[in-house]
Amino acid sequence: MTFIILASIFALVPPTAVRAYDTPDDRGGAITIEWQLSADDAQLQRYEIYRSENGIDYEKIGLIGRGRNQIEDDTEDNKQYIYKVAAVVDSVRAFSEPSSTVMSSAQWLNRKKINIIIAVIVFGGLILFFIQHARRGRELFVREIAGLHAIDDAVGRATEMGRPILYCPGIGYIEDIATIASLNILGEVAKKCGQYETKLINPHFDPIVYTVAREIVKESYTNVGRPDAFDPDSVYYVTDSQFAYAAAVDGIMLRERPATNFLVGWFRAESLILAETGASTGAIQIAGTDQVSQLPFFVTACDYTLIGEELYAASAYISREPLLLGAIKGEDWGKVIIGAVLIAGSIIGLLTVFPIMSVFD
Amino acid sequence: MKRNFPLLLVFVFGILGIIPFILPHPMVQNTDEFLRNNLLKILAAFALILGLGSLLRVHFDKIRRKGQNWEYSWVLIGTFVVTSIIGLFGGVSGTGILPTRLGSFAFDIWTIYFNIEVPLGAAMFALLSFFMASAAYRAFRARSTEATLLLASAFVVMLGVLPLGNEISPHLPSFAQWIMDVPNVAGQRGILFGVALGMLATALKIILGIERSWLGGGGE
Repeated sequence: MTFIILASIFALVPPTAVRAYDTPDDRGGAITIEWQLSADDAQLQRYEIYRSENGIDYEKIGLIGRGRNQIEDDTEDNKQYIYKVAAVVDSVRAFSEPSSTVMSSAQWLNRKKINIIIAVIVFGGLILFFIQHARRGRELFVREIAGLHAIDDAVGRATEMGRPILYCPGIGYIEDIATIASLNILGEVAKKCGQYETKLINPHFDPIVYTVAREIVKESYTNVGRPDAFDPDSVYYVTDSQFAYAAAVDGIMLRERPATNFLVGWFRAESLILAETGASTGAIQIAGTDQVSQLPFFVTACDYTLIGEELYAASAYISREPLLLGAIKGEDWGKVIIGAVLIAGSIIGLLTVFPIMSVFD
Repeated sequence: MKRNFPLLLVFVFGILGIIPFILPHPMVQNTDEFLRNNLLKILAAFALILGLGSLLRVHFDKIRRKGQNWEYSWVLIGTFVVTSIIGLFGGVSGTGILPTRLGSFAFDIWTIYFNIEVPLGAAMFALLSFFMASAAYRAFRARSTEATLLLASAFVVMLGVLPLGNEISPHLPSFAQWIMDVPNVAGQRGILFGVALGMLATALKIILGIERSWLGGGGE
């Protein structure tokens, strides 16, 4: 009788329905194990996961707290495995039935990203359509962007004052799109500097961005027929330390007194330090970044700010190249689609919230 | 050829940059990791040499021309040489061939980094609070309707996060939070939609060779 009572106290209900499967959408080397929680889950200390290659010898490969029913195991591809899960209290273990045999393998396509691929195809297709549209010579209207409209005036002002132009591309790396967009604008600004024979100062944070920028500025001077005006020392590397870079650029602003400061690219906390120092020197400041957290600082301390997408539109706007303008039109239609989806979603959401209109419940 | 070869390289490596995002297979991922971790590091090493060369050239030139504050260029060159020697021979954490200790002071890159660069960086970062105060003063002057709205919302948010705000009205903190969570986030998301589309368009334009400003402009 005593034996029966003790056995009923210590007899744990094991987890059931153990299922092991190759982790989907991965590069292989992983199997996911799932199970139904034990009926005694609330009393358990943990679950232990055991693995076997032959169905006889099991080794413990991991453990997980109660209330949880999934774990991922690192495996060798194309090798068969069987799993068991044990419910554990102290030294008492209740083992589940073994899973069916499973092996991991690498997948070619990540299906979780299909929605992103479709969105990229739709929006990319729109952009390419409008580029093609522009290629056929159709006139495209692009609204005036004050910050870009001011570039000519800013370069002209520097020329009249006999002072240099400072172009700061921020602390981004070459893989940051904001840095690439900044380099595109740098090319156009350098052309104007070449035309007006205005000195350009272009300090850099990243050595790769520096080498690319140097070639861009050199080519820009060549393209406007002034290769002789290009000063190789006008584009230079400073440091890859964030605040040392900010200190260096502040120093340039205070010593060289540029008539115009371009703060265009990828910025972090140094944005306000640069923009406020520039404002104190009385320079015209044109800033632009896609970093939402830094935009308020630029808006406050600079004369013109390129907000988000305006940064990407800048090169097209300045060069007025029809193909590039076509891409901007495509972006606008992309926004129309997103706006329409948001409005439709909001309406559906509202219809769901109000019981009287519970069309989509 | 001078223009077409870079365009071809950008097209090939641009596509190679997109593919690993959708294809998880090790063949693709390993190639991507090789390109990012190995090839890019080699390129970065060469670029760093060019960068440091440019930095030294600019400062030697400044000393030669006796430009404004040229004396500081000697400071830069001196610290560059000393840091390079310590970095090359003292090692990262005192494991190099230099007699790396003088009392408790170790001649290695970590010591320089933690005792010089970190405090100097922190000092620059600390300046931000003063710049923020002056920027806030400029931003919050009620010169136009927008600026007045900005001033009012900033006032509410600032009061809302202070204990005083709760004393004035228990609804003030939740209203301040509402301003941060709803109008503020709505504005940020609007910008981010534009940024995402702009990134896509810029990437497409560069990969397809439509945007050539990075080549110095034009396709000529």
